[in-house]
Amino acid sequence: MTARQAYAPFIRLENVAINRGNRRVLSGMMLDANAGDLIWVRGANGCGKSTLLRTIAGLLDITSGRAEVEGRVALSDENLALEPNMTVGHALKFWADLDGGTPADCDSALSEMDLLSLCDVPVRYLSTGQKKRAGLARVLSSNAAIWLLDEPYNGLDSASSAHLDRAILRHLAAGGLTLLAAHQSPSINITQSLLLDSSGQMA
Amino acid sequence: MRHFLTLVRREIRLALTGGGIWLPVIFYLAVATLFPFVTGPDKMLLARTGGGILWIAALLSTILPIERLILPDRQSGMLDQLAIRGWSEEVVATVKIVGQLVAFAMPLLLASIIASALIGLPETKVLTLLTGLAIAMPALSGLSVTISALTAGLNGASALGGLLLVPLAVPILIFGAGTLSDTPGNAMQLLAATSIVIAVLSPFAAGAALRAGRS
Repeated sequence: MTARQAYAPFIRLENVAINRGNRRVLSGMMLDANAGDLIWVRGANGCGKSTLLRTIAGLLDITSGRAEVEGRVALSDENLALEPNMTVGHALKFWADLDGGTPADCDSALSEMDLLSLCDVPVRYLSTGQKKRAGLARVLSSNAAIWLLDEPYNGLDSASSAHLDRAILRHLAAGGLTLLAAHQSPSINITQSLLLDSSGQMA
Repeated sequence: MRHFLTLVRREIRLALTGGGIWLPVIFYLAVATLFPFVTGPDKMLLARTGGGILWIAALLSTILPIERLILPDRQSGMLDQLAIRGWSEEVVATVKIVGQLVAFAMPLLLASIIASALIGLPETKVLTLLTGLAIAMPALSGLSVTISALTAGLNGASALGGLLLVPLAVPILIFGAGTLSDTPGNAMQLLAATSIVIAVLSPFAAGAALRAGRS
């Protein structure tokens, strides 16, 4: 699977701060990530890892600072965004269609996440780990240059984690960029580690 | 445009599988069936009041799908994924309104033919009722999507949705019922004007509500 992009993706954050309501959840955020980078965002629960990923995805407005994101983004978080009554294959093809992908992209993503045998199973019948893999397959089939993975290893067994690691490596080799928010260190080489303290500042 | 239609088809599919089509129709027909039991078999009375009752039933039917229009998509992350792909909230709201027009309005219009027969509406008024309802449906669909976006995730969203929708739909109801009176005047034109205004404003109001709900 290759990241389709006319030019190299990058993410630049300069002193970014984000408020949610009256509460400052992130401040002083600096990041310079380029094609081929794997960034590990880490920190305690509630330190703002997911907020950072959602901000980079364009879902949250920044309060101050400057953020530049070049390249199409795909996000995998706790929300599956796959219709429970559809089969895994059809649910993925729905998104691939919107992303301008092909059924072959879906099959490739399903294969990478070892889900081909569950292609005709409705999403609602999947186990927690299988649902997680289906959500990751949605990211893989998107052909987006930037992957934002929020706790991608949660609920995955060691074999599935290895499948994901291989997919990330292929994505990086193809010129993609990955931000991965997780408590445990990925087993593949990371380019940068972004540690957030409990007040949402870079430690 | 192809992707827009893909999303509209999804709305129709969800309405089919989630009861969004049948529940309002069943409710609507139930009102039409029960109303003569209350008034008695006075054909003159039924003919005079039946049209207004069908308008009220149509308005109340609009409340039924409110809870399933936005909330499931917000909870599943569907709205976030569309936003990431650059779909503006206003376009997403338009998709939902068009989906409502097909999945809610069209079945209700067909059911109106049966309901009119059940209530014994004179033939001359059946066509007027259908025309009026057809004109009002873009507004009712727009209002239901807007209120669904406003109340998604709130406790008692259904009840709150009803409380919000009824006063907003009062002009539609007044002009709609007015088209059936013996002296309709400009009721049909006023109904059309009101429907156009509400239908045009709804995507923007619903879009703003969707955006506010995300942040």
